[in-house]
Amino acid sequence: MRRVFPRILSVALGLATALNAVSCSKHQRHEAEGAPLATEPGPAAGGIRLISDVSSGEWRMPSGDFGNLRYSTLDSIRTSNVQNLRVVTTFSTGVPNGHEGQPLVLNGTMYVVTPFPNNLIAVDLSKPGGAIRWIYEPHPDSRAVGIACCDVVNRGAAYADGKIIYSLLDAHVVAVNADDGTEAWRTKVGDTNIGETLTGAPLVIKDKVLIGNSGAELGVRGYVAALDVKSGKELWRAYNTGPDTDVKIGPNFKPFYEKDRGKDLGVSSWPSEQWKLGGSTVWGWFSYDPETNLFFYGTGNPGVWNPDLRPGDNKWSCSIMARDADTGELRWAYQATAHDAWDYDEIMENLLVDAEYGGRPRKLLIHPGRTGFVYVLDRENGELLSAAKYQPTNWASGYDLKTGKPNEEPSKRTHFGVVTQGICPSSTGAKDVIPSSFSPRTGLVYIPAHNTCMDYEGTEANYIAGTPYLGASVRMYQGPGGYHGELVAWDPLAGRKVWGATDDKFPIYSGVLATAGDVVFFGTMDGWFKAVDARTGTELWKFHTASGIVGNPITYLGPDGKQYVAIYSGIGGWMGAVAFPTISADDPEAALGVVGAMKDIKKYTAPGSTVYVFGL
Amino acid sequence: MCSVFSRGGAAAAIAFLAIVIVPARQRAAASPDAPPLRVCADPNNMPFSNQRAEGFENRIADLVGRELARRVDYLWQPQRRGFIRTTLSAGHCDLIMGVPASFELVLATRPYYRSTYVFVSRRRDQPVASFDDPRLKRWRIGIQLTGDDYDNPPAAQALARRRLFNQVRGFMVYGDYSREAPERDVIDAVVDGRVDVAAVWGPIAGYFAAHEPKPLVVTPTPATDTLTRLPFTFAIAMGVRRDNPSLREQLNGIIVRRHGEIARILQEYHVPLVGSSS
Repeated sequence: MRRVFPRILSVALGLATALNAVSCSKHQRHEAEGAPLATEPGPAAGGIRLISDVSSGEWRMPSGDFGNLRYSTLDSIRTSNVQNLRVVTTFSTGVPNGHEGQPLVLNGTMYVVTPFPNNLIAVDLSKPGGAIRWIYEPHPDSRAVGIACCDVVNRGAAYADGKIIYSLLDAHVVAVNADDGTEAWRTKVGDTNIGETLTGAPLVIKDKVLIGNSGAELGVRGYVAALDVKSGKELWRAYNTGPDTDVKIGPNFKPFYEKDRGKDLGVSSWPSEQWKLGGSTVWGWFSYDPETNLFFYGTGNPGVWNPDLRPGDNKWSCSIMARDADTGELRWAYQATAHDAWDYDEIMENLLVDAEYGGRPRKLLIHPGRTGFVYVLDRENGELLSAAKYQPTNWASGYDLKTGKPNEEPSKRTHFGVVTQGICPSSTGAKDVIPSSFSPRTGLVYIPAHNTCMDYEGTEANYIAGTPYLGASVRMYQGPGGYHGELVAWDPLAGRKVWGATDDKFPIYSGVLATAGDVVFFGTMDGWFKAVDARTGTELWKFHTASGIVGNPITYLGPDGKQYVAIYSGIGGWMGAVAFPTISADDPEAALGVVGAMKDIKKYTAPGSTVYVFGL
Repeated sequence: MCSVFSRGGAAAAIAFLAIVIVPARQRAAASPDAPPLRVCADPNNMPFSNQRAEGFENRIADLVGRELARRVDYLWQPQRRGFIRTTLSAGHCDLIMGVPASFELVLATRPYYRSTYVFVSRRRDQPVASFDDPRLKRWRIGIQLTGDDYDNPPAAQALARRRLFNQVRGFMVYGDYSREAPERDVIDAVVDGRVDVAAVWGPIAGYFAAHEPKPLVVTPTPATDTLTRLPFTFAIAMGVRRDNPSLREQLNGIIVRRHGEIARILQEYHVPLVGSSS
């Protein structure tokens, strides 16, 4: 194989100046490795029971806990004093691309993964001013930059076995010793030559690192791979399309619904062999239930994107998957939309709690969907308990709980060459990969939502790699109701909104954090970082950061024993990339049609790369 | 053991664009004072271009450079989503050698050729000339797919409309980029029997069919499909930035003046040419 690029034109950025002589001294380590994360969750609402420890001082995994709750038991910062929150530290990551994801905090150190080139920055929290302990630079293959569909984001790291473990855009997973920033292992998981990249955050369950691939737009085939946490060696891989052996379907596969049962559905629900290009990638979040030893994730859109070419259900695209955490064996699957015609990936987070539901205790999985519905399933068997709209949604009127199927509105299905107007939500969904939070004190899920619709219009000539082709023009715009984004406080048991905090200008594209202080934190695409009352939605505090927020807040106890809140400020990602100077706001169909909905963002923000830490 | 990175080291460097500036062969004709003509091109996409400047777009760029008395420099980047945005529109180059004449992301010159989608079959079979050929109901049909944005080559649509999805074997336009000439696989598949026929964009089909060890037959698809009414021929132009109409004027002049030489280069690469290029 010959090298395509003999030399890379490199641009050194501000990071260099942030690097002073780096201290090598061993820092005091709190002997917390392997220690339990957490404590009792505080008074819970309505018979709700947490299924695993939640964050209570450190932030060791992407969502803070196995249940994807993004809830912390810390309560020093609370509704009565959050007004006094102030900036404690800021520092630059040096990379002005979309800062999705969140830092980790453990042993008095904050670990930040940057967008491509995916540097890992370790910051000593015992010193003022964002003192850098070390920076690990993996130098991933820059060819991956041209392949990633929607900005060169990274959704964060996980900690296990003394290592910080995260994915690189060039389809590798790397483990870095948390103490000294040396590389412990690096494993090639996917192949950028066929369009695979990695942007998702891994989850470590026992001795295995779970990671999924990105790149459905380039016809790749989605999978989850499990790597050995000690060595990085791949232990197994479970595909989301193809024959049962590839999907790891065996005698223990027991989907709740008839529509999801049958042999080799990952083959037979596609025209011949198209499952090989079948997308259904895994670039969102994993959650894990220690009691049932199942892990859960959602799959992306089917490939190829044009639905006319792939009649059939296209399994297992747009599905919620439940697998055995040791073997990867599929135990149940629930396909939320069969034969996707809208790009409704269902890679969103699955929040796990136990609660009284319909008069008896049930193990719940709550999935705020791209489709505009919040799905509540029994996570033991995959039964759909409810599906209720949380944003303007018209592609379906609801779900039939007997069959698990949506009641679709046929006029909103897209077909090549047919103009279809006013489809809600748009392809970006009523929410995207940006994660929700759940507070056991209120029993509410806090969903960062978008209100966008789209028109799917006639054909136009396009061009890639020397080949002219014909595409539909997709135009997205703000949906009905006079707002563009909303933080929705959702009661998953009643299936209804309790309150909403709307954003006139932009979708909410920041993750959410809820705390035992009954404060909910989130950010806006024009750069406000906000705290609202978890029970009422009343805005309690806000601070304007340097750039739009598409990252996820975390909270932790500093070495001084005080509570802090951290957030990335750096606009980007699919919708946020419209803020980049290189994307013209004149072409409403650019960035997959998102520009139409986001054209004003350049007036309000610009690329950034700052980590903010707030305290009292 | 700890890793230390010094201030200002290459360690902090960030590669935004996989771009490198490579002066092409020096030419006597190039004026030493003239700024180089910067062309953005894919380093591994024969027959259009490659890093050894062996593609027909490279050859035509050479011709343009000679006419303008400017040295040709290449900025290499794979043609993927965002190619125009991150290369030409970002100001990293002046010219892209191939875009559809109606392409709105750039200022397009007048077209310099028109080609067509074609069927590629084996010599022993009667050539295919229509999407309604009854053999297509039982043959395996190779087509290239893009996967993006509901977009696909028109052959994909024509076959879908005829409900021939089960005959379709998809090959990604991008191919396996670790291979030399990643787009070649769909033509190889006709030779080695993975498919019975391929419906592929003419320049790709013509070039690789001519280089296969076994002879293949290349026949144009109908110019317009009767069922989908989609066009199968496309006029191809050069693209410049919208703020550079003066370069377009110069290029338009070269396309007219050197029409014969451009056509000879295209024929040398077995590009199927149809009708007038306008």
